[in-house]
Amino acid sequence: MSMNLRNVLLFAAMGALLVAVGVIQSANVALAILNLCLISAIMTLGVNIQWGYAGLFNAGVMGFAALGGLAAVVVSFPAVPQAWAVGGPRAMLGLATGVCAIALAIVAWKRMPGSRRLRGWAAAGVALAGIAVMRLVIDPAVEAIEAVEPAKTGFLGGLGLPIVLSWVVGGALAALAAWAIGKIALGLRSDYLAIATLGISEIIIYFLKNEEWMARGVKNVNGLPRPVPYEIDLQQTLWVQDLAARLDFNVIELSSIIVKLCYAGLFVVALAVIFWLSERALKSPWGRMMRAIRDNETAASAMGKDVTWRHLQVFVLGSAVIGLAGAMLTTLDGIFTPTSYQPLRFTFLIWVMVIVGGSGNNLGSILGGFVIWFFWIEAEPIGLTLIEFLTSGMAQDSALRLHLIENAAHTRLATMGVVLLLVLRFSPRGLIPEREK
Amino acid sequence: MTAVTDILNALALLSNFVLVPGLAYGSQLALGALGVTMVYAVLRFSNFAHGETMSFGAMITILVTWWLQGKGVNFGPLPTALLALPIGIIGTVLMCLLFDRFIYRYYRRQKAAPVTYLIVSVGILFILSGVVRFVIGPQDRMFADGERFILKARAFKEMTGLDQGLAIKTSQGVTVVTAVIIVALLFWFLNRTRTGKSMRAYSDNEDLALLSGISPARVVAITWIITGALAAVAGTLYGLDKGYKPFTYLGLVLPIFASAIVGGVGNPLGAIAGGFVIALSELLLTFAYKRVIAYLTPGDWVPDGLVQLLATDYKLAVSFVILVIVLLVKPTGMFSGKTL
Amino acid sequence: MGFLSGESMFGGYGGADILQGCSIGVNKGEIAVVVGPNGAGKSTAMKAMFGMLTLREGSVELDGREISDFPPQERVTLGMGFVPQNANVFTSMTVQENLEMGAFIRRDDFSTTMEQVFSLFPVLAEKRTQAAGELSGGQRQQVAVGRALMTQPTVLMLDEPTAGVSPIVMDELFDRVIEIAKTGIAILMVEQNARQALEIADRGFVLVQGQNRYTDTGAALLADPEVRKAFLGG
Ligand SMILES: Nc1ncnc2c1ncn2[C@@H]1O[C@H](COP(=O)(O)OP(=O)(O)O)[C@@H](O)[C@H]1O
Ligand SMILES: [Mg+2]
Repeated sequence: MSMNLRNVLLFAAMGALLVAVGVIQSANVALAILNLCLISAIMTLGVNIQWGYAGLFNAGVMGFAALGGLAAVVVSFPAVPQAWAVGGPRAMLGLATGVCAIALAIVAWKRMPGSRRLRGWAAAGVALAGIAVMRLVIDPAVEAIEAVEPAKTGFLGGLGLPIVLSWVVGGALAALAAWAIGKIALGLRSDYLAIATLGISEIIIYFLKNEEWMARGVKNVNGLPRPVPYEIDLQQTLWVQDLAARLDFNVIELSSIIVKLCYAGLFVVALAVIFWLSERALKSPWGRMMRAIRDNETAASAMGKDVTWRHLQVFVLGSAVIGLAGAMLTTLDGIFTPTSYQPLRFTFLIWVMVIVGGSGNNLGSILGGFVIWFFWIEAEPIGLTLIEFLTSGMAQDSALRLHLIENAAHTRLATMGVVLLLVLRFSPRGLIPEREK
Repeated sequence: MTAVTDILNALALLSNFVLVPGLAYGSQLALGALGVTMVYAVLRFSNFAHGETMSFGAMITILVTWWLQGKGVNFGPLPTALLALPIGIIGTVLMCLLFDRFIYRYYRRQKAAPVTYLIVSVGILFILSGVVRFVIGPQDRMFADGERFILKARAFKEMTGLDQGLAIKTSQGVTVVTAVIIVALLFWFLNRTRTGKSMRAYSDNEDLALLSGISPARVVAITWIITGALAAVAGTLYGLDKGYKPFTYLGLVLPIFASAIVGGVGNPLGAIAGGFVIALSELLLTFAYKRVIAYLTPGDWVPDGLVQLLATDYKLAVSFVILVIVLLVKPTGMFSGKTL
Repeated sequence: MGFLSGESMFGGYGGADILQGCSIGVNKGEIAVVVGPNGAGKSTAMKAMFGMLTLREGSVELDGREISDFPPQERVTLGMGFVPQNANVFTSMTVQENLEMGAFIRRDDFSTTMEQVFSLFPVLAEKRTQAAGELSGGQRQQVAVGRALMTQPTVLMLDEPTAGVSPIVMDELFDRVIEIAKTGIAILMVEQNARQALEIADRGFVLVQGQNRYTDTGAALLADPEVRKAFLGG
């Protein structure tokens, strides 16, 4: 792994920024940023596998991240036996009906004899009828499940397994979805692929928001079990109290720092593993072929490479990594909030990370994830300080000044846009450019 | 007799909850889709920033509306925003031209790939959404004034003697009328004027347009002028009808793309047709037919459930599903063609 | 070397030079024909003469004036018309709109010119409201030539105007080309159907790998046994 001086310096600068935040704001803030930097870096690696290796524009990052989040709930939350008793099997049957309906519609479209128009109407008819049947099956179950202690559960719950397992499950779930999506959408032109993936992931998120029996939808699932100790418990332990006394630290703060460090430890391991695998893949003959296809699809397919199949592989792998990162994020938050999967934050921001970091370069993706997340968070205090400084000449209660200060936080959106455009224009290969073959 | 009134009641019900809102929303989508289609036909990329461009136009209009309202100016029964709209249009057009001059033009000269433009438009999306929230704040803004209704539900009931009311909001009427005027102007421009034809020619065959002495710079500038104007109008009408919230406009991008693609990207007629297809499908698939069926079936029978295919929460999802299906089955849309 | 001439042109599409020093030209009222094998650079030479390709070396002159640095639009203004080999009509626009677009740079009344085009190609008058994309190959070529004539050019450059049309239509088109030349317009034409084209040519150029292989009058080239053997199929 050739880490040249420039890269070392870039990462060192990034580290220095985090340390600076630790000193100026607090260690807690710095560690909170660091943890999300680590998750962002993994998500960015996933997008980089698709875009950097193969030139696929996946705008559905948010959907795959949300599926990861769903996995965290399903794996870790204890089952709700009462809900299962009143409607579990029936709900599962309903879900199966829905899947069958879609499958039948696809079969009708692909296999039925007759003109396109006829097949189209047949497929639409099958789909609508299927939905109607599904609703007949599932509606009573949904109602019953959602009536079980609606304030606390009102959903089926999960498997009650350790939440770290969900990272793998989340990756698998995302991979499965990506396989289905890729199967149908990968033949599309670049911008249509982007629009289609964005649309499909919006559908996934709508589903998660509205199907409360599955993961409580917009009511969120709180209090997911943690893979690391709880602050309260830590504060009771002698060694923490001891350490706090010795370091002259507040116990509460120290406990929270320890928790964050534990998370950071887990995340670093995950990041290292994924980075190592990604690098291996990139440098393997498989990776070289992917890049060859990316650079000249026509030539590659003329040489007998199965471009569609390769694209499907890379799409599934990248999405799996995104799903894993999504599960990690929900693990860190301890709460699953379907409404939080906004395209701006979960698709476009990740894209900024990939492009600023350097498309095609895994190290660049990690750096991009760090830098962009850092500024996404810190643009707010920096912008506020800047605006307070710039408006310090105005009257304290000037309406304009108050308005500017109140809305300072939104400058971060514009900042991201400007950063993206500047990088695209003046350094289109990013902070750490792709290595030549 | 009762049979006839029952049918009329059912129709009134459908008109009130599907047809009238569908026409208004469809017009808004159609105007938005026309903007996307113009950019696609001439500049050949999918502009992800179009929703935010609409938001920007609506914002300027709202600011000017407030200023006018502060001066005590009003437009009688019509919303004051219509008086402010020209300024909103000018502001949005200037913004578009500025972005083109300093950002898009560079990539045009590089002959960049469409996906590069797409990423650039994402950058502009960020900038615009930041600017809009910074200037006007992220809150909801109501700026509709004037008469709230053209036709009130009660007045309709009294007029017709039906049980079901039919209300038409001023914002809905204004939306449809404005959309008709704008679309008529646009089609006149594209099909009857020399400049409009030159745009179609450029969109059809860039190299040949060049050989005919058509200036690309001019065509591009006019495209942005039209796109900016369409966006400002669409954004304002949407805000008037549904209330202005900055964050909803990003969510509009997909229904707008859906409208444009369903009709056939690059085809203005298609964009309009697509807008209405999307709007009406959203409403038809999430409408609860319970009462309509009650009216249409003899006797006092009323269905048990709501007789609703999809929960109302899935309204926007309908457009995404249509979008995805069209992309997969017939990406060229109903009216194939990538030219104006 | 003529009213319009490209002298010792070198250039290409960014990679290796496609044009390796070829020279072509035409005089007023003359028909000059460029023939040669596929990929010889005939189209490239035409594009270079029209400014759609920057020359690395060499020059283009029109009526004694050096125009090498002029963009295509300016050459249109100076009286040059060009019918490219591919995509030479606006398929989504009507025949009449195609002609209008041909006259785009004219600010005067061009209805007489349009009538002239219609009398030259009567079928276009019939189909004036039909989209050009719906026409047959031969009709499309007529639209393409008509479009280029709308600026009342002094030089008309045609790149394979008879590509993909039947022999009868080809003869018809050649007749029209002769008719146009008789009005005093210089015609520079690339042709695949070398024999027929050279028959109507005042001047002929045989291009191979971006260089002039033979240059002579049309009749002389037709008579040259070497040319016949190598390029005219015996
Ligand atoms: N747009 C282009 N970009 C790159 N190379 C081109 C382009 N057009 C033509 N060429 C190459 O230039 C050479 C000459 O092509 P062309 O001038 O079209 O030949 P001709 O018209 O004599 O058949 C060919 O090798 C062709 O591959
Ligand atoms: Mg050629």
